[in-house]
Amino acid sequence: MRIISLFAVPLMIVGIVAFGMVKRINVYDSFVEGAKTGAENMLQIVAPLVGLMVAISMFRESGALRILGDILKPLTDTLKIPADVLPLALLRPVSGSGSIAIVNDIFKNNGPDSLAGKVASVMMGSTETTFYTVAVYFGAVGIKKIRHTVKSALLADLTGMLMAVMMTYILLA
Amino acid sequence: MLNYIWCGMIVISFAAAMFTGKIEALTAGAIEGAASAVETCIGLLGSMCLWTGIAKVAENSGLINVFARLLRPVTKIIFPKLRQDSAAMRAIVMNMVANLLGMGNAATPLGIAAMRELDKENKHRTAASDEMCMFVVINTASIQLIPSTVISLRQMYGSSDPSGIIVPVWVCSICAVVVGVMAAKIFQRRRDL
Repeated sequence: MRIISLFAVPLMIVGIVAFGMVKRINVYDSFVEGAKTGAENMLQIVAPLVGLMVAISMFRESGALRILGDILKPLTDTLKIPADVLPLALLRPVSGSGSIAIVNDIFKNNGPDSLAGKVASVMMGSTETTFYTVAVYFGAVGIKKIRHTVKSALLADLTGMLMAVMMTYILLA
Repeated sequence: MLNYIWCGMIVISFAAAMFTGKIEALTAGAIEGAASAVETCIGLLGSMCLWTGIAKVAENSGLINVFARLLRPVTKIIFPKLRQDSAAMRAIVMNMVANLLGMGNAATPLGIAAMRELDKENKHRTAASDEMCMFVVINTASIQLIPSTVISLRQMYGSSDPSGIIVPVWVCSICAVVVGVMAAKIFQRRRDL
């Protein structure tokens, strides 16, 4: 498993570049063209991220996060979810940059290789901003009766989150 | 929705700080949070460019079509009522491949195109079709070959094995998608009866 994780990134980069060479496109120009949009995306995320990280940092420093953690302790203890990860599980379906902000906060305070850091990493990587996606896609076609979409999507999110805790214990402990 | 969460967090923080006597820490937290957000953006800027650059190479070289062919058997099971060569199916497959390769920029327009096609097949009814619900559910459960944002964040904070989470992420995403697809299938059947 370590070997797959180790080779995934370099193989993906080399594979895509090699395929571009075989297809005789200008690989470097394409790369630069794409990288530009990456820079623009990141600039767009600065302001929302400042807003969200201020709120999260205030929430933690005020002691509110600890109070919330104490209230939900019975739940997190039974599911073996590290208390610091709980806010991520709650905010993940609602806000993408909010989730990045929380993961950032967990890494800063607990370290990326702590239990909470690992669970947060797997959770962040394997779930999506559900409500945003639903709003964008159904909004684009103007449909309001979305039937069982949210129910099913939230079940998938819940599965991803619980599995993230389990897989961290099984594969990364 | 985020509006309420954000305002709620700030008001609750103030109340909690009054209660716990941590007003000074609250001030420091606000300022530090803002600075930390900018640091994070700068830290992520490079790797974000790297991955959107690589994704563009994949897009321009037509690699997306190769992946699309590989996905055929899966899409047949998930969308049994759609014709394989329909415009809707093509857009759906393209969107799935773009998500797999982490091309968020390309995935959203392709997804919207897929929804428009599905809307046509649904004769522009006011309620979503089974296929629309299924397609959105799949999009809300992200399957990404390389979870690049998390990996670069881990690197930034000095993880000893930043990409070690890749396999667990794959396992979790696949479980989530399978549950989402099954849930959508079960809920849609219930209405049919």
